[in-house]
Amino acid sequence: MPILHALQETFGHVPQDAIPLLAEALNLSRADVHGIVSFYHDFKEAPGGRHVVKLCRAEACQSMGGHALAEGLLHRLGLDWGGTTGDGQVTIEPVYCLGLCACAPAALIDGRPLGRLNRERLDAAVNEARNDWSTP
Amino acid sequence: MVDAMSTRIFIPRDVAALAVGADQVARAVEAQAAALGVAVTIVRTGSRGLFWLEPMVEVETPLGRIAYGPVQAGDVAALFAAGWLTGATHPLRVGRPEDHPFLARQTRLTFARCGIVDPLSVEDYKAAGGYRGLAKAIEAGGAATVEAVTKSGLRGRGGAGFPTGIKWKTVRDAVADQKYIVCNADEGDSGTFADRMILEGDPFCLIEGMTIAGLAVGATRGYIYSRSEYPHANATMRAALDIARAAGLLGRDILGSGLEFHLELRVGAGAYVCGEETALLESLEGKRGVVRAKPPLPALKGLFGRPTVVNNLLSLATIPVIMDLGAQYYADFGMGRSRGTMPIQLAGNVLHGGLFETAFGLTLGEIVMEVGGGTASRRPVRAVQAGGPLGAYLPPSQFDTPYDYEAFAARDALIGHGGLVVFDDTVDMAHMARFAMEFCAEESCGKCTPCRIGSTRGAEVVDRILAGRDVAANIALLEDLCNTMKFGSLCALGGFTPYPVLSAIRHFPEDFHTRNSPGRPLPAAAE
Repeated sequence: MPILHALQETFGHVPQDAIPLLAEALNLSRADVHGIVSFYHDFKEAPGGRHVVKLCRAEACQSMGGHALAEGLLHRLGLDWGGTTGDGQVTIEPVYCLGLCACAPAALIDGRPLGRLNRERLDAAVNEARNDWSTP
Repeated sequence: MVDAMSTRIFIPRDVAALAVGADQVARAVEAQAAALGVAVTIVRTGSRGLFWLEPMVEVETPLGRIAYGPVQAGDVAALFAAGWLTGATHPLRVGRPEDHPFLARQTRLTFARCGIVDPLSVEDYKAAGGYRGLAKAIEAGGAATVEAVTKSGLRGRGGAGFPTGIKWKTVRDAVADQKYIVCNADEGDSGTFADRMILEGDPFCLIEGMTIAGLAVGATRGYIYSRSEYPHANATMRAALDIARAAGLLGRDILGSGLEFHLELRVGAGAYVCGEETALLESLEGKRGVVRAKPPLPALKGLFGRPTVVNNLLSLATIPVIMDLGAQYYADFGMGRSRGTMPIQLAGNVLHGGLFETAFGLTLGEIVMEVGGGTASRRPVRAVQAGGPLGAYLPPSQFDTPYDYEAFAARDALIGHGGLVVFDDTVDMAHMARFAMEFCAEESCGKCTPCRIGSTRGAEVVDRILAGRDVAANIALLEDLCNTMKFGSLCALGGFTPYPVLSAIRHFPEDFHTRNSPGRPLPAAAE
């Protein structure tokens, strides 16, 4: 898992080419490694957008209007969950709980936490990411 | 060295404070102090857990630490001008945090230091009572330590409520060449953030608790399994582990006692089911997080097939205070078979959301209405989900339920990890029931059929109810399916998903039975 995390962090996904190398090094079958990569939501098989917006879908955020907030953003960007904008800039991913439940609705944009979101604050943050803040 | 003339200003670095602008506030304080030529020392702390007041800044004054909140970067100049360095009045002044009713009403044992100390200062930790528990455990020895934990009445804070001391005794009595301590910090429940607050605000407390566990059962290695959704917590915990190793608080010969304990942090990858202890062990071993059948118990055959203590983070972080102040001191709090204190997490649509550690026994209504102050939207409370996404929805008519493992169980509800998520009267409970099924389908590990298939079929049945098709027959079908999942699933994911679904049907039938017009008006008020 630490190896897969490192690959995901470096490349934004776990490249297919890495799987036989990992299998060889760890004395596993390629199917084993593929099984692990595909099991965990964090490990992507293809690269996403340059900026990743993780929006919380869990109950506490829903209680504060998180559902409408998320649907609104997806609609405005013309995306589904997990989708990437045509310019390859922004991917919207669902996340189930960031532990910011007392400051709901919450999101993590390129690792930057945001709480007490409303439409204006979320749009501003997504635009700011698009216009490139230095990725932490 | 800190300049004696310099005023210390405490600003949280808890991610919930960062999410509402704490870093910007810290930068503004620094800039404004420089502009005014005033000497200040900024100390970054964890959070006190009064999240509606975050970012809550505390200034060290002759009157004690005086809090101001919620502070935004734009308020900083006015706060300096008003004289906050001497604790002066300002509309954002909260006063001494200890005097605030939300904190004054609490009994903070597990969270005694969180939000007060610099989380990465061993000196702060020791000055606030840290490592006294380990010293006493070393003096008492392993058997007496297990005995003390049993006597304290501490039960697993992850949800199942199993007596911690009995689990430890099983591992202690097992014979093996290697034993392990595993901390379950895979805090995936919506509405919970207590583990995260300890990881970010008092990491040495967890390190000490796990070291004591290692001593008690004869384990020399431990792992903390945390979540990838908590990058800030993991960074703080990693830094704390490095500091502890360098200070001789981890490794061989801890505190010169001959005790050996090695501790590592591992991070999950976005799978909720890995919070289930056997799936967690599989994941720690580098495999898919698939649930194991029990028996064998992890206490006998756990990580890499060796005897393993798997405890929730809150259980382990409570060990130091039990060893320091005594088992009886801890057991004197609480009611019935629920002894000690529980860090309750108030979240969602609640006016005063945050961490409320208290002895078991307050009623649900006292917690939600008096402590929490009702909804943030100022609309009536309609439902409270207790114990995460697998917990029941309770209506205000059940607000007399005491916060106690058995009292909740008697009403088909769970305390779980201590989360309470409040909803106002705009919530659609049929939608929430569908979400519970959808979540289970998304997160199922796939090993057992009731959970893997049942959750998907369950979401489809709710869809038919939502569409107003054969409502009565479909509700009966849904109840039947829930029974199959409850009794036929291998672990709590499939086994407890019926709790939110069935409680929604039982307590809020009007949301299921009257679905025919899409423009259905919202219910006028809570029942």
